[in-house]
Formats: sequence, C-alpha cells, structure tokens
Amino acid sequence: MYAYDEYDQTFVEERVAQFRDQVRRRLSGELSETEFKPLRLTNGLYLQLHAYMLRVAIPYGTLSTRQLRRLGHIARKYDRGFGHFTTRQNIQFHWIKLEQTPDILAELAEVQMHGLQTSGNCIRNVTADQWAGVAADEIEDPRIWSEIIRQWSTLHPEFTFLPRKFKIAVTGSPNDRAAVKVHDIGLRMHKNDKGEIGFEVMVGGGLGRTPIIAKTIRDFLPKQHLLSYLEAILRVYNQFGRRDNIYKARIKILVHELGAARMAELVEAEWQQIKDGPLALSPDTVARIAAHFAPPAYADSPTFTPEFDALRLENAEFRRWLKANVAAHKRPGHAIVTVSLKPEGGVPGDMTADQMDAVADLADLHGMGEVRVTHSQNLVLPHIRRADLPALWRRLSELNLATSNINLVTDIIACPGLDYCALANARSIPVAQRITEKFNDLARVHDIGELKIKISGCINACGHHHVGHIGILGVDKNGEEFYQVTLGGSEELSASLGAIIGPALPADRIVDAVGNLVDTYVALRQDGERFLDTYRRVGIAPFKERLYAPA
Amino acid sequence: MPLLKNGAVAADPWHKIVNGEALPPDGPVILPFERWRAERETLLGRNTPLGVRLSNTHSVAELEPDLDRLEVIELEFPKFTDGRAYSQARLLRERYGYKHELRAVGNVLHDQLLFMQRCGFDAFEMEKADPVTAWQAGTSAFSVFYQPTGDGRAPVERRRAAGAKAV
Ligand code: SF4
Repeated sequence: MYAYDEYDQTFVEERVAQFRDQVRRRLSGELSETEFKPLRLTNGLYLQLHAYMLRVAIPYGTLSTRQLRRLGHIARKYDRGFGHFTTRQNIQFHWIKLEQTPDILAELAEVQMHGLQTSGNCIRNVTADQWAGVAADEIEDPRIWSEIIRQWSTLHPEFTFLPRKFKIAVTGSPNDRAAVKVHDIGLRMHKNDKGEIGFEVMVGGGLGRTPIIAKTIRDFLPKQHLLSYLEAILRVYNQFGRRDNIYKARIKILVHELGAARMAELVEAEWQQIKDGPLALSPDTVARIAAHFAPPAYADSPTFTPEFDALRLENAEFRRWLKANVAAHKRPGHAIVTVSLKPEGGVPGDMTADQMDAVADLADLHGMGEVRVTHSQNLVLPHIRRADLPALWRRLSELNLATSNINLVTDIIACPGLDYCALANARSIPVAQRITEKFNDLARVHDIGELKIKISGCINACGHHHVGHIGILGVDKNGEEFYQVTLGGSEELSASLGAIIGPALPADRIVDAVGNLVDTYVALRQDGERFLDTYRRVGIAPFKERLYAPA
Repeated sequence: MPLLKNGAVAADPWHKIVNGEALPPDGPVILPFERWRAERETLLGRNTPLGVRLSNTHSVAELEPDLDRLEVIELEFPKFTDGRAYSQARLLRERYGYKHELRAVGNVLHDQLLFMQRCGFDAFEMEKADPVTAWQAGTSAFSVFYQPTGDGRAPVERRRAAGAKAV
C-alpha cells in the first residue's frame, strides 16, 4: 500500500490547518455561506437535507486496517455509529456538525486521509479496480498509476475551477471492474504489438442526465507520458468546456459537440508542446511509487484443508459464498474475498462502526492488513489464505457480512436518495431494502444468476441506473414517488445504456415489477445465459409485454 | 480597488481604457483586447507603456507577437469559479515566455491567491478590505506542491529525488 512520506504528511496537516481557519471565519461570520460553500466543498463537506455530510476520500479504494478502524472511530464519535460507502470508493458520514469538522479532518490526517477533492469542480478522487495487485487476469497494477495521478491532481493550481467535476478511473485488467467507460477519462492498460505496456485513453464517458459511453482518443499511450497527456486533456477541457449551462459542462458534452476526432487533435496538439517537459515520468519516480505496491510477504498456504473440504461438503451456504464472494488470486493458496454490505433488509453500502472494527481485525488476522472498497459498495479482503476461509466465513456470518450475493440480484447499488439528498425525487434505499426482502432465498438468488440492479433517486444518476441490467430511476409525478425502469445497461468493456421499458411505476408496484422481470428472464433463458444475455437476445418486447399485462 | 504585488499594496499608475474612451495623450494605459487588435499599429507607435486586458475566451496566442512590448496583461476571473484564466496564465508564462506583469482581475479572492501565483500571476486586484492579511494567509498555507509549474517552486518529486528534507 502507499504510505505517506514526510511531504505528503506535511501537506495534509497544512490542509487541516487551512480548513480550521476557514471554518473559524465562517462561524465568526467573516465568511458568508456563499463564500464558504466552495471552500467546504473542496474538503468534502456538503450541506444535505438534515445535516452536513462529510465525504472522505479513499484513493482508488485502498484502506489499511488502521484507516478502517479510524473510520469506525469517526462514525462512533462524530456520527450516529455508521458510515456509508459510495459508488466512488469513498465513505460518507451523514450526520456531521460543522464545528467538529476540523477535528475530524485532523483525526483523518493522522492516518493519512482527508476529504480533499471529493467534491467541487476539480479532479476528483481517482478510482481503480478493487482487485488491483491480486487479480489473476491483471496486466499491470493500476494502483501505481492511480497514485501518480492522485499526487499530480492534488490541489492542481490550474484545474481546481474546471467547468464541472472530473473523474478518472484506471483498470489494469482486460476485465474492467472499474467502469472506466463511464468516466470523464478512462484508462485501460494493455500490451501493444511490441509487448510494451501502455494506456488506452478514453474520454467523455459519464452518466447523469446525458449518459454517454467514453470514446477512445488514443489507442496506446506510453506510460512515461501519462501525466502530460492528462494535463493536455484537462487544459483543452478547462479552456473549451462549456460554462454557460451546468448540465452541459461535463467533458462528455465537449467531446460530443466537437467529435472524438477533433478532440483527439486538440489534445495531441497541446500534448506535443508539453510531453517532454517536467511532467514526463522518470523511471526513478515510477520505481519509487511502485515499491509501495510490492506484493506482501505471502506465506505458503494449501489450497484445500480437511476443514475446508468438510465444510464445503456439508454446508450449502458456505458453497454459495465460495461461488459468489470468493475469487481467484494470482498467488496459489490465496483468495480474494468480497465482504457483502448488502444483507437482507440492509442499506446498500452502510456499515456500522463495530463492523468496521471487526473487519479490520479479520483483515489483520487472515489478510495482510489490507481492505478495499468496491464501486458496487462492498468491501474486499484482497489477500486471504484459503485455509482460513472457513474461519473467516463463520465470523463474517456472525457479523451479517457474509451474504452470498456478490453480482447477484440483491447486490444492489443505490444512491442515498430522498432519505438524505436534497436533489432527490424519490427514495432509493427503501426500494433496495424491499427488493432484498423479496429475494431472501439465497438458493433462488443463485439460480437467477448474475443480475445488477442499480437505483438512483433522480436524474443525476449517482446510483448508475443507466448501466444497471435493471435500472431504476426515481421520478416525481405530481408530488408522488414513481420509478422508471430501464433494461440492458452494462458497465463492462462492452458497455451499453439501458432502454426505458415503459411508463414509470408507482412505489407500491416497483418491487413486484422487478419480480416480474426476473420471472420473464427465467422463463426465457437458454443454457447458461445471464439476464443481460437473454435481454440482448430477445430484446425488450417480451419483458414489456409481461410487465404491463393487465392483471 | 487595491492592487497587491509581492504581498504589499502597490501603487497603480495604469489607466484603464473603457470601450469607446479616447486615449489620453500620454501615460501608461491598459486597453481591452478588441481595441488593441483594431488599433495595434498606432498603439505600437506610442511612446508610453502599454497593457492589454484579455477576456478568458480569447487565445493567448493572439498576443504572442507583442509580448515584449506589453508591460501588463490583465486576465479575468468573471466569477472565481470560472478557472479559464489559470490556463491562460500558465501558457503565457511557460509557453510564450511572457516576463512582465500578469494581473488577476475580477472576482479575486483570498483562497485562490496561491493557485493564481502558482500559475504565474504576480499582481492581484483584490476586493477584500485587508488584502495584505489575505495575502499572507492565502499564500503561506502550504509548503508542499505536487505539480511542476512555471512559478519556480520545487515540486515534491524533485525534492524527493534530491533527497531533501521536509521543511
Ligand atoms: S442520484 Fe439524485 S437523489 Fe441520488 S444521490 Fe444523486 S443527486 Fe441525490
């Protein structure tokens, strides 16, 4: 894992001191709310429906156990005993008092964390594959490059007042787990014909009210040029991105209006001017960062033990958990375990302070002290000895963190919605909760297979509904909560946007509607087909017909 | 409006020409870019210091031929959230080698001074009552910088490479 050096530590402490002064000026009335708002936002502090919300950055989703315990401590001391993991691999605390925020940030700085760039029209916290460094299919560890981007983008003086927020995601594997095509910049590492590793650079993806899949503007970027190329894209965007209309200000609109080819030309022209300047990455710099991500000292561990075999034979739920929540690790004898934050009736992504402490203990005991946050609002223990899986599973089950549903129908992404968010049309969380209650038979959930449901409380699409296999969007009809359903979205490299199935449904019908869509799929599926495959084969008509059939 | 240079309030000898205004016979003047472009030949013949105010939608490349002659360039922040002039400033300094005064005008606030300075601004028209205090708080908040820009501050990577100690 990356560990701050004296420079990083000095910086984050200076940042806390600066924010403490800004809060003091606000509380004394020296700053108006209008003047203070952009300052608090650049520290991740939002004003929501009922209270302040603090969003803490978890760069590319990587946490040490010390950091996770500190998040638990903050939840307990300053909030209501829980935190909420988001689709951007961050954590939010929803019940924060303004006057306590400098102390919270100081406590975070002690463990090398902050709320910087989790808000505002700047380069946001960079995200990456949650299996970085351990995935069996990985070409190169994206954390090295994510950390290089993190440092370069930290209080970048030129790019702190962009037309709109700016999100960068990195994947180092052919199987994209970072949804790079729905980011302002998506970077995919791959090998060229000469066997060199570099980046495919995609720009202009994003969800929100105008969902667009990113376009490739460069097939292969040699790694040492990463920062100069990013700087060129940002400079073009800063100068030419629209500022007249907030809904047209993201880079996706600029790319759409210019065309990808013209965008590529502008970026290349700018890049030619700076590519061999001070942003060119020296092998020393890269080596210094890469050293932080060297694999931990794995001990030899058997793939199977008598206890493992016996439990697998006798316990169907353990088998299901192995199938859904445990993935192949590149080191034999080890496994990647996903901790489900989607229990029956739970709030997707919520975790109590006690659960955070307990997972930190488990990661120390079985998993090299490392934890990851996924963009689907779960946690990952990236280095678990396979022999320890039975003990880990038992303990996670006690903690209600072992629901065997990763990538299945109840592994729902939901935005905070009307329960917290001032922009919402409708609630998201209760819909997710009711769906998990409807599908509480895990054998059936496994029979249904991979199915990603994503729920947003309004058109801003924080719940990524456009790329849900089933997407649910809260809309307002004469002051009542309604839900519009889309089918066939996907965020993989074969990304697609969902199609609207028909008129929006009232709150009391939305959960049964999901049941109806699942039944249609089960009736129509052929051998081995996932929901998405069946949908792509048969189209929307059969689903629509059955959903809107008169009762 | 107070003008701040090097952390102190400075005298401002420049007269700003507004649209349609006749030029005074002598003395330093700052002209809107359109006026500059229209009357460039005559203006270059003047024997007094010249400056230009460039809006943030113009390309700084348009000033390239005259950068030796211009002694002030004003770049605009219509709202502090409109950050186009940061890119203009870096290009003027780092690409075109502009050496004279680069002045930030408009909605110039305390908490943005450091960003402006890092991008190459060296003169600031501040709205706030006590610009010197604002300057001190605004520009001394950080001692660590991650990006190489033209302001001469050593970025972290260079200090790391040199094995320098933290300040
Ligand atoms: S999608 Fe809308 S309701 Fe949900 S969190 Fe985003 S802005 Fe709020």
